[in-house]
Amino acid sequence: MLLVPCPHCGPRNSADLTLVGETGPRPDPATTTPGEWRAYLYEEENPAGWTRETWYCRLGCGRFFVTERHRAENRFRNPPLGAGDESSDRP
Amino acid sequence: MAGNGSGAPPVRPIRSRRARTRYPARYSAASLLWRGKRPWPRIWDSGDLASSYDAVVIGGGVHGLATAYYLASNWGITNVAVVDKGYLGGGGSGRNTAIVRSNYLTPDGVAFYDRSVQLYERLAVDLNLNVMFARRGHLTLAHSDGALRTMRWRAEVNKHQGVDSEVIGPAEIKRLVPALDVSEAPRHPILGALHHPPGGIIRHDAVVWGYARAAAALGVEMHQKTEVLDIEVAGGGGPGGNGPGGRVTGVRTNRGDISAPVVVNCTAGWASLIAAMAGVRLPISTHPLQAAVTEPVKMFLPAVVVSGSLHVYVSQTDRGELVFGAAVDPLATYDTGGSLAFAEELAGHVLQLMPGLGRMRLLRQWSGLCDMTPDYSPIIGPTPVDGFYCDVGWGTYGFKAAPVAGEQLAACIAGGDVPELIEPFTLSRFAEGRLVGEKGAAAVGH
Repeated sequence: MLLVPCPHCGPRNSADLTLVGETGPRPDPATTTPGEWRAYLYEEENPAGWTRETWYCRLGCGRFFVTERHRAENRFRNPPLGAGDESSDRP
Repeated sequence: MAGNGSGAPPVRPIRSRRARTRYPARYSAASLLWRGKRPWPRIWDSGDLASSYDAVVIGGGVHGLATAYYLASNWGITNVAVVDKGYLGGGGSGRNTAIVRSNYLTPDGVAFYDRSVQLYERLAVDLNLNVMFARRGHLTLAHSDGALRTMRWRAEVNKHQGVDSEVIGPAEIKRLVPALDVSEAPRHPILGALHHPPGGIIRHDAVVWGYARAAAALGVEMHQKTEVLDIEVAGGGGPGGNGPGGRVTGVRTNRGDISAPVVVNCTAGWASLIAAMAGVRLPISTHPLQAAVTEPVKMFLPAVVVSGSLHVYVSQTDRGELVFGAAVDPLATYDTGGSLAFAEELAGHVLQLMPGLGRMRLLRQWSGLCDMTPDYSPIIGPTPVDGFYCDVGWGTYGFKAAPVAGEQLAACIAGGDVPELIEPFTLSRFAEGRLVGEKGAAAVGH
């Protein structure tokens, strides 16, 4: 079991949340090319180390938040409340 | 390819006669008697790493070894090194549940896996090693109207391509596998199943050893405990000349540098890390998949039984153990630790299918890393870096595809063109927006 530090609910079982995916800059749909948009949709860095990712607290507060996790050791760091990221308060 | 009038691509026949005559030990009963207690020679012995090869295959699993073997046997390219940071067959090749089938959903997928089953059927002869392919039959259970509809869809696609699949009802299921509970009692009753007689199980380690031995006999070198630290690329747009537009010149390993014009990435769960060394980004995320095995009992399960709704597949090995596999863990991670939650859920689901197993004991559980793609189809063929090839993205279904993937990738590398059979599965499909949706048939649990 992995405890995910939800900034609103506190630590929760990862089964209560959904890992949305890696967090990165989103291209502007109005100006991007189909190739760039698909790269944004599909490509992943998938590192065996620290990565910034978006979580959805499905069975808890129902909010999105961004945190950093080590994907090989499953440790979290700097669970940022909001973290200044636009996706943190996405409905 | 037998009996398909549906435009499935022609397949180059394997020219393996020359290879077969060069195998060292034959492992016949007579040779066992003759050899007595004298030690067997090593079936591969590669010595030191050379400074250059015609091709370097990264990953000594069944995909890497098959690619190396077909490069040597079909195309005469024998100056090849297979490098692995661990030991041969220590990744997914040693952790899968050894199920072979071709009852996929898309015409591209069916043609591809059908060729793989054909290769598996004669692999013991081609490699001169008993790979214990047991054509047990394969049952995919349907517990809902929606699942039954997908089974009918798959059966029709399969039949159209000459692959033997049919939808059967509970009475026929009970006749084939008496241990299954086909009554209305379970929470998710069995409504029907997709029966696929050509499916079966195989001895996965024997496939690895067979390919390694046959490739070694042709001159391919196997280098274990040889970790690739970097891939050298020149002329690309990225840092240090790597990235799209570049050309592979070699690899750096912990045992020295190798120059090679062709580098093949067959590293499954670690594929993103290897591709990143060449400056190639892949649409892959790595998830662990857990499996488990019970104590051995007498043979009672004649077929491979799969339930997508219950996230489980079961087969009985020749030793009598029940092998269980599940869906990938939903969390992307490189951590291969097992969990009690998995064992608990697995046991509950298996008991729904076969209540008679209530007193069986689990012997052990393990997990392997799966390289999942967005469309549940593999990524195979060339990449934007010239000379850098990928055979990755196999997710939960790579073992059953190894022979055809190796054969076709070897053809791609040696012949220069992408063969029709793997054309749908190239990396460029993501940029071009032509995904091959195999989610309905490639895995369980979604």
